[in-house]
Amino acid sequence: MSRLKVTIDGNEAAALVAFKTSEVIAIYPITPSSGMGELSDQWSSEGQKNIWGTIPSVIEMQSEGGAAGALHGALQSGSLATTFTSSQGLLLMIPNMYKIAGELTPTVFHIAARSLAAQALSIFGDHSDIMSTRQTGWAQLASNNPQEVMDLALIAHAATLESRIPFLHFFDGFRTTHEVRKMEQLSDEDIRAMINDDLVFEHRLRALTPDHPVLRGSAQNPDVYFQGRETVNTFYLRTPKIVQNAMDKFAKLVGRQYKLFEYVGSPDAERIIVLMGSGADTADETVEYMLSKNENVGILKVRLYRPFSIEHFIQAIPRSVKSIAVLDRTKEPGSIGEPLYQDVVTAFTESLDSDDAKFKSLPTIVGGRFGLSSKEFTPSMVKTVFDELNKSRPKNHFTIGIKDDVTNTSLDFDPDFDIEPAETIRAMFFGLGADGTVGANKNSIKIIGEETENYAQGYFVYDSKKSGSMTTSHLRFGKKPIKSTYLISKANFIACHQEVFLEKIDMLKYAIKGATFLLNTHHPKDEVWNKLPRPVQKDILEKKIKLFVIDGYKVARETGMGGRVNTIMQTCFFAISGVLPKDEAIEQIKDAIRKTYGSKGEDVVKMNFHAVDKTIENLHEVEIPDKVTSDFELPPVVSDKAPDYVKSLTAEIMAGRGDFVPVSMMPIDGTFPTATTKWEKRNIATEVPVWDPEVCIQCGKCALVCPHATIRQKVYKEEYLENAPGTFKSTNFRGKEFPGMKYTIQVAVEDCTGCALCVEVCPAKNKKETRLKAINMETQYPLRISERANWDFFLEIPEIDRREVKVDTIKGSQFLEPLFEFSGACAACGETPYVKLVSQLYGDRMVVANATGCSSIYGGNLPTTPWSRNKDGRGPAWSNSLFEDNAEFGLGMRLSIDKNAEYARELVAALKPEIGDDLSDAILKADQSDEAGIYEQRQRVDDLKKKLESIDKPQAKRLLHVANYLVKKSVWIMGGDGWAYDIGYGGLDHVLLSGRNVNILVLDTEVYSNTGGQMSKSTPRAAVAKFAASGKPLPKKDLALIALMYKNVYVAKIAMGANDVHTVKAIIEAEKYDGPSIIIAYSHCIAHGINMAKGMDNQKAAVESGHWPLFRYNPDYRTEGKKVLSLDSKPPKIPFEKYAYMETRFKMLTKSHPEISKQLLKLAQEDSDYRYHFIKKMADILDGESNGQNGNQ
Amino acid sequence: MDLKTNYLGLKLKNPIVPSASPLANDIDNIKKMEDAGAAAVVLESLFEEQIRHESKELDHYLQFGAESFAEALTYFPQANDYRIGPEEYLKHIKMAKDAVDIPVIASLNGVTVGGWIDYSRKMEQAGADAIELNVYYIPTNSRLSGVEVENLYIDILKAVKAAIKIPVAMKLSPFFSSMSHFTRRLDENGVDGLVMFNRFYQPDIDLEELEVVPNVILSTPQAMRLPLRWIAILYGRIKADMAGTSGIHTAEDVVKMLMVGAKVTMMCSALLRNGIPHIKKVLDGVTAWMEEHEYDSVNLMQGSMSQKNVADPSSFERANYQKALQSYRPNI
Repeated sequence: MSRLKVTIDGNEAAALVAFKTSEVIAIYPITPSSGMGELSDQWSSEGQKNIWGTIPSVIEMQSEGGAAGALHGALQSGSLATTFTSSQGLLLMIPNMYKIAGELTPTVFHIAARSLAAQALSIFGDHSDIMSTRQTGWAQLASNNPQEVMDLALIAHAATLESRIPFLHFFDGFRTTHEVRKMEQLSDEDIRAMINDDLVFEHRLRALTPDHPVLRGSAQNPDVYFQGRETVNTFYLRTPKIVQNAMDKFAKLVGRQYKLFEYVGSPDAERIIVLMGSGADTADETVEYMLSKNENVGILKVRLYRPFSIEHFIQAIPRSVKSIAVLDRTKEPGSIGEPLYQDVVTAFTESLDSDDAKFKSLPTIVGGRFGLSSKEFTPSMVKTVFDELNKSRPKNHFTIGIKDDVTNTSLDFDPDFDIEPAETIRAMFFGLGADGTVGANKNSIKIIGEETENYAQGYFVYDSKKSGSMTTSHLRFGKKPIKSTYLISKANFIACHQEVFLEKIDMLKYAIKGATFLLNTHHPKDEVWNKLPRPVQKDILEKKIKLFVIDGYKVARETGMGGRVNTIMQTCFFAISGVLPKDEAIEQIKDAIRKTYGSKGEDVVKMNFHAVDKTIENLHEVEIPDKVTSDFELPPVVSDKAPDYVKSLTAEIMAGRGDFVPVSMMPIDGTFPTATTKWEKRNIATEVPVWDPEVCIQCGKCALVCPHATIRQKVYKEEYLENAPGTFKSTNFRGKEFPGMKYTIQVAVEDCTGCALCVEVCPAKNKKETRLKAINMETQYPLRISERANWDFFLEIPEIDRREVKVDTIKGSQFLEPLFEFSGACAACGETPYVKLVSQLYGDRMVVANATGCSSIYGGNLPTTPWSRNKDGRGPAWSNSLFEDNAEFGLGMRLSIDKNAEYARELVAALKPEIGDDLSDAILKADQSDEAGIYEQRQRVDDLKKKLESIDKPQAKRLLHVANYLVKKSVWIMGGDGWAYDIGYGGLDHVLLSGRNVNILVLDTEVYSNTGGQMSKSTPRAAVAKFAASGKPLPKKDLALIALMYKNVYVAKIAMGANDVHTVKAIIEAEKYDGPSIIIAYSHCIAHGINMAKGMDNQKAAVESGHWPLFRYNPDYRTEGKKVLSLDSKPPKIPFEKYAYMETRFKMLTKSHPEISKQLLKLAQEDSDYRYHFIKKMADILDGESNGQNGNQ
Repeated sequence: MDLKTNYLGLKLKNPIVPSASPLANDIDNIKKMEDAGAAAVVLESLFEEQIRHESKELDHYLQFGAESFAEALTYFPQANDYRIGPEEYLKHIKMAKDAVDIPVIASLNGVTVGGWIDYSRKMEQAGADAIELNVYYIPTNSRLSGVEVENLYIDILKAVKAAIKIPVAMKLSPFFSSMSHFTRRLDENGVDGLVMFNRFYQPDIDLEELEVVPNVILSTPQAMRLPLRWIAILYGRIKADMAGTSGIHTAEDVVKMLMVGAKVTMMCSALLRNGIPHIKKVLDGVTAWMEEHEYDSVNLMQGSMSQKNVADPSSFERANYQKALQSYRPNI
């Protein structure tokens, strides 16, 4: 039977089977498993059916724990149910997993195996999560590549029904979940043939139903619990056989034979490696190579890890084996070895026990760790491990893939060792996130996979920035099956889609001799050679590289493609590579365009067609001169002025050499210095704002909204202008606060993302040319050198004395130094202006608990952090615990700070005689309610510390360590709506009622932004999001109103774009309030599908439509006779629809589901009206109360 | 009393037709128009640019930021089918046709030949009784001559006429050097009707924001003087039916338009201002006027005050201008 050949990724492969074999799918988004849930939701919303002819029900829950609970219920009620998750998400399921297994409930969870957050979070792949659940009683089945994912997914679904043991089917995050590979798709008939309906009926018969009532989930006592626990043994004993039978049945049906433990290699191998997951493919490929070199080696791929069958394991291993290396893709500190290693040792030891033991003595068994967080695992590493096994005493507990120069666990490997077959074409593409390179390459590999006889593989690497990020696409194709589950390091074809990368990355180091290099450049072909950096020229000459160029920017411009060079560069690739005849390639590209863009209208398709047609005539091969002509060397990664740790570690990571950083250079406990983004100088903006002092009204709005803190204002004495660079701009300060002073707005053009948010909010217009404002966008490149000098000079001008500034005004607040700068957030991010503002107001005394999400990524993803320090070395201290626990995490910080402060005060009181009455009293009675108060207290604490040094008492020493707590600290709990409304709501709710002085800032984008736009409970009705493909049918949760009901919580709903003064005021009030405060900040977002430069207009429209009423609820005012609840926005003056149509998230529904959209928009209008009127009524009622009318004081 | 009239070969029960406006976006409104006595309805224009723009905009924002960051490779769920393009409009034509018995005239607004032909054909298939072409074109290019601008209209007309069988009217701007010559050319190329005139909404200046802002101002009765004059002049000189539009607010306005030669009068601002039932009021007014002045059919009055049929044809020409100035006495 011939099956469809598809080129898809591992997530899709798993989802295809899971969807077909399930009735209920409960999920929660977490990288890298989200794709499986999203596809299931998409198919369900499209009306696709499972093999029983019904559409599976897909529901998004509030957390992984919630998903597990819902699944447990669905399973107990007789449904076939599944989920997809990863990492800490899987850990949140553990409590239910015990229950599900204990109740012998068949189900399969498909797991994108991912690192656990330990010293740091990582979204990448390893088996730490899987290994944390091996004790739950679930079967664990490993797939090593996307084809296996599809196959073993089906085998798992079949085996769970027969064994009644629940299965974790796992495969490596990113390496397998996101690798696109050509594979054979299982048909519905295949799936039907594997799933035994009788077993499904049995499952249903066990369902909880009032028609046959039973009780399950009892509580048991010491007398019988133990025995009850032992009842399941037979099920575990027979499971390996059941799985093998399913594998055999599958082999008969489909032709691919799997084994519980699969041996590959020499039948009389002496050295073998045992491992599981994607690394097994690379090991397989390496063994094939080593066998050809007459090396006597083999590998054992572990597929069914739990229940672990010693019998099958021993059977699979050749008798000849003398030494074994067991590779674990996890780390268990403090253990005597990682789990697979320990299992192998135990298995061998136990096997010796029998009379007919296959092995009479233990072979040498060593364990090693590899591939944590998707660390590369290459043939060179496999070979190194085999070589180690040749030694008489191979190293145990080794690591491979890193340099461990601290405990010397690592094995050295040769980075140049290469075994890839010459006939496999390897292509690398360096693109910008925004230019569409990855999308085009996904199409290319699909074309090659599905339209040619070639095997094909695509893998894509992204960096950690959300703006100006670089993507690298790795494409392999050829006549031989591809087993290389590692990045390309020797490429036949290299394409640079953005010429600026040539100055940043040595990409030709990947080129093999005679490779082809395609460069997108605006230089004409006759001039391009002389514009190349010297090392690039050298590589081209030495490696005899063929150079092709195209001005893709020009073609894109002329064909209406804007900044997207994807289709153009894709066409070049096909034209040069010759993988298909030219005309056929063009037809295939056009066909892919039709598939990709067809649904969005004929014009987009035509535009792309036009780009394809225009490409060939603009593609040229460059004649290479015979010598290097350029004297332009690659610039250093960071400035010479950077601190040592930045030069030695940060810069290495920035330069893409992080893989070579040895263990000794990494911090031992995940602690890093702050203030490091300033050294990046990413130069990603093509246009930057330029200040016109003549037009400027000095309002400070540009600085306020700048999401990246690249626009700053300073007021200073004229004397500081001495030695100013010639192009430095300055004007007289216009206000009354600082008479005779000078004023400057300066832009950090090398850090700016060019988002233009500042230009959009600038209220001043040039009277002669009204198209101009006081800030105007101009091309960055010509300004770079002069503005670099201006920026450096600007930084040298002293910051203003904080005591002299009216911090509660826009202008005043913007004189305060931002201690959150140059983040990697999206250009024009709607969250960061709030974060930056808080850092300006409280940065020098704030601690931040940051929920996982966008803000933790732009806040704390290596290599750099935007959290910064002032000249005194003070600044925000920041940490991210988890996604779900952030409110509690922050509360813990508050408790600790308060305890330390209390202890310090006790010690001050106790040491009063030594310290002196005046100083002690001043410290203990200090008013720290404003900047002056804080300043003075700091002075006192400095005095105190000096005194303490001379006091010879144990208390004095203790006080010295906690004295800084005598200065007020500001605790900020920050995170997105996914955290606050959903996964962290329980904790947040508790913290709100703790009475403690914490400030909660909810950066509300109304959607899970960081994981790619999944619906949250903040998502408004009628908006489209993942898991709400037909528009969210229910209204958004009103977190602010819920918090308001608690009476003792300061609550504010703010939107900077609608009312910036209100924003500043609310933040200051919240911080001042001595109790829990929650600020819910409307944050426009890339996931709304908007013109980000006009994000503040969207905020305004959200408020004007009544969707986002602004208000402040201040419990303090209850006693002060002021309005407790102040409704700060006017009644809706535009219809909800008008706001909604500004955003693709709403608008797309009018195109995809017009009828539903009409109904939902009507209901959303009612939601907005209701919301505004409800809060208005509340305000009126509370106003009456505070005036004493209701007497409720 | 015979109110019947023929317009574009369509037999209409009276000469009042609501012109293209947002009111006709709602099927219920169209029903109300019929109930109020409207003889036909012109749907709001389908804008060619709007379709193009929406298509590109949707593509742009759906992919914006995608494939840049490992955790968020996309930001929106994939929908396999978007109703971009004229589909919604075509569906609306069909629904309007199903909902009412009066003729439904589709309106198409654009500037390129490609868009016109394709969409007009689809409108015909969707059941439109006629098509009104609206060439909203501001010739800002100083190298483009008047003849070339006229040719643009003629080319569009020819292309559409060749593509469809239902009648085609053209909504014109009043800004042509030689209206008589140009309308004769349109006539020769088979135009079935001329709608006079298109109201170009002129932009305004916001003095506070220093911005150019669109500012829709509803027409006043004075606006009808311009079409009144040109319909009077053209009546009897061209074969095409003429529809008078702009500033038709009262029964008297309707009567005047008919008398200079309009086959129908079209109303928009009056309905937006007074509501759809205003049609009935005007219609009753026309009937009352006819009774009072003993006209037993619309036919009788149509063209009776055209330039051809009035006692002093020069009153529609320059002489009228001179007289008007001489007769004006400021109210001091």
